[in-house]
Amino acid sequence: MNSPLLELKGLCSTVFSEDTDQQIPILKGVDLTINKGEIHVLMGVNGSGKSSLAHVLMGHPNHQITDGEARFDGTSIQDMEPDERARAGMFLAFQYPHAIGGLPVGTFLKAAVEARRSEEVPFRVFKRELDAALEKLGISKEFLGRSLNEGFSGGEKKRNEILQMHLLKPTLAMLDETDSGLDVDALKKVFHDVREYANQDNALLVITHYDRVLDYINPTHVHIMSDGRIVKSGGADLSKRIDEEGFEAVLGVEASV
Amino acid sequence: MSSEKTEVDFDVAEINKDYERLYGFHTNTDYLKNSKKGVSPDIIREISKIKNEPDWMLEFRLSSLEIFNSMPDPTWMDGSVFDEINYEDLYYYASAGDKKYNDWDDVPEDIKDTFERLGVPEAERKFLAGVSAQFESEVVYHHVQEELEKKGVIFLDFDTGVQKHGDLIRKYIGKLVPQGDNKFAALNSACWSGGSFVYIPPGVKVEIPLQAYFRINAESIGQFERTIIIADKGASVHYIEGCTAPTYSKTAFHTGVIELFAEEDAYLRYTTIQNWSTNVLNLVTQRAIAKKNATVEWMDGNLGAKTTMKYPAVYLAEPGARGRVVSIGYANKGQRQDAGAKMIHAAPHTTSSITAKSISHNGGRSSYRGLIKVNKGASHVKTDVECDALLLDDFSESDTYPTIDVRERKDVSVMHEATVGKVSDETIYYLRSRGIKEEDALLMVVNGFIQEFTRELPMEYAVELNRLIALEMEGSIG
Ligand SMILES: Nc1ncnc2c1ncn2[C@@H]1O[C@H](COP(=O)(O)OP(=O)(O)O)[C@@H](O)[C@H]1O
Ligand SMILES: [Mg+2]
Repeated sequence: MNSPLLELKGLCSTVFSEDTDQQIPILKGVDLTINKGEIHVLMGVNGSGKSSLAHVLMGHPNHQITDGEARFDGTSIQDMEPDERARAGMFLAFQYPHAIGGLPVGTFLKAAVEARRSEEVPFRVFKRELDAALEKLGISKEFLGRSLNEGFSGGEKKRNEILQMHLLKPTLAMLDETDSGLDVDALKKVFHDVREYANQDNALLVITHYDRVLDYINPTHVHIMSDGRIVKSGGADLSKRIDEEGFEAVLGVEASV
Repeated sequence: MSSEKTEVDFDVAEINKDYERLYGFHTNTDYLKNSKKGVSPDIIREISKIKNEPDWMLEFRLSSLEIFNSMPDPTWMDGSVFDEINYEDLYYYASAGDKKYNDWDDVPEDIKDTFERLGVPEAERKFLAGVSAQFESEVVYHHVQEELEKKGVIFLDFDTGVQKHGDLIRKYIGKLVPQGDNKFAALNSACWSGGSFVYIPPGVKVEIPLQAYFRINAESIGQFERTIIIADKGASVHYIEGCTAPTYSKTAFHTGVIELFAEEDAYLRYTTIQNWSTNVLNLVTQRAIAKKNATVEWMDGNLGAKTTMKYPAVYLAEPGARGRVVSIGYANKGQRQDAGAKMIHAAPHTTSSITAKSISHNGGRSSYRGLIKVNKGASHVKTDVECDALLLDDFSESDTYPTIDVRERKDVSVMHEATVGKVSDETIYYLRSRGIKEEDALLMVVNGFIQEFTRELPMEYAVELNRLIALEMEGSIG
């Protein structure tokens, strides 16, 4: 059998805090296996380490793996640069995407697509793909001329992240609280597009803090994170229980077993 | 067989000749053999005689020389900047302008390397490969010339201008930059060579940018360029002094004087991108006057040079006049870009804006030095200054020296905003998470930073500028 798309074993990490100039332990032994064709939802209260996990996997300069293993497509990512990981097929839709003044979205997208494919993409080819993606996501062309994420509303930022996902075609797409800051209609639309993206050749890791995302996506796996560990995993039924009873109750039941 | 080969060789020789002509790799070797040194009235007389100039021009040169000899160095900059100028050698520069070329062999290796890495635009690549592109550019050239002549536009090198339109030049020369304005203006007035003379008749709108490239007797910017551009009533013109290839100069010294006159309702834009070799001290006095409802814009890009001192100015003389400066500077290792702008609001209902962007890198130093002056009686004035500095590392520098002198209270709005920033690791990480390599990510951020300048350029210049910035940044990632 093929190796899993993502395989984490006892993953521990620290983050460098610029305020205190210290390494703070965050992940404390994460085990997680994701195969192609799966949709994983990662839940947990604020501060439990969900974003940290995503950034550790993407290669954030302040996050460091200190112990355990992280393999993507069978290869350890420990020594890979963020751009190498991206070119290998990983993607993170940021919770807080960065703004870059004077960099038009269109220019950025073409550069990203070319980087991902490690080849120049003729303008006409790129434009065809771009037009199709814009149409599918219902994004207007004027968007392309704006500076990347500069002055974007919360919703525009999130849709821009999803647009990038559609163009870059990652095999593992991690979405960090893509739902937050969206109103119900936008949420519906964005997660409809996310679901459209999922297929048998890729996998999603959807990070969320609220359970409402579960109304729009059918996860194959649900995990609950607490204090740097995945403390509970299950199927869609777990999400239903959380939906009905809340985190505390579900975890509490577990803890009392 | 052999005759074919000869033909090819001939082509190559022709091409190289033009290459040098276009990019300014020439000095007059004959003069270099001359044993005379320094600038004396006799030498000025000799130059003027060789050029067959009218008496008034000789007088202008001689009186300028007198002023130059009696003037101290500028005091606003640390004087060590000027220590390296060897005035004794000035004679060589003053005599430049004859069409004789030095060998490519004489160009220092690092400049050659830069050329190789720079590459050249597609058209020029073809041209260099001997493909028929040279004929195309000839065609364009003639077409442009014809169109302009039909409209009564004068577009000449300054020497020819003096010969053909002496009266007009005499009326305007030194009006905005008097001989004694500063030491280097005086020197330029005494020794000028090269530059452009442009006159746009009333109501004529020149649709395509006028490029020095299309000028008769095209020459790259000389050591002592002298340029006058006049946009008569209701006329409109965009002039570009394109000089994006590194301009090698043996002389380590460039001082230009540019005077722009925008008459009532005229629109005049002057764009320059200078990329001198890093031994050059680049001192240019750029000044413009905008009459009633006229607009003057300076687009000023400064790369290269050891030290640049450049403060394009607009004198807003009559109501409705508008002035605008957008500038970028890139100070790399050992370089100092001291650039800025001056806006003089001498009339009510005038507006101005200055956007100055600087990038400092590898220990380079950028400064913004600006003046906003609002004269008494100049009410209803609006002026905006924005200077943004980007530091690419911890040991590069940037500073600002703004002077704001407002003598009128009535409805005067002065905005001044200055920022200093670094490229954050988080931003680079965001771009890298999309597969973009670190150096490319940094370049994207820098190009974004100067986009307000780049977007004002014709496409080919914008592309060229981005490429130059990429070259400057090469090896910037450890
Ligand atoms: N750069 C940082 N400096 C200091 N502490 C951090 C940093 N990033 C994350 N943390 C801490 O790590 C813990 C997990 O944060 P995070 O991964 O953002 O959680 P979540 O995404 O689940 O809300 C929190 O206690 C947070 O304060
Ligand atoms: Mg988070």
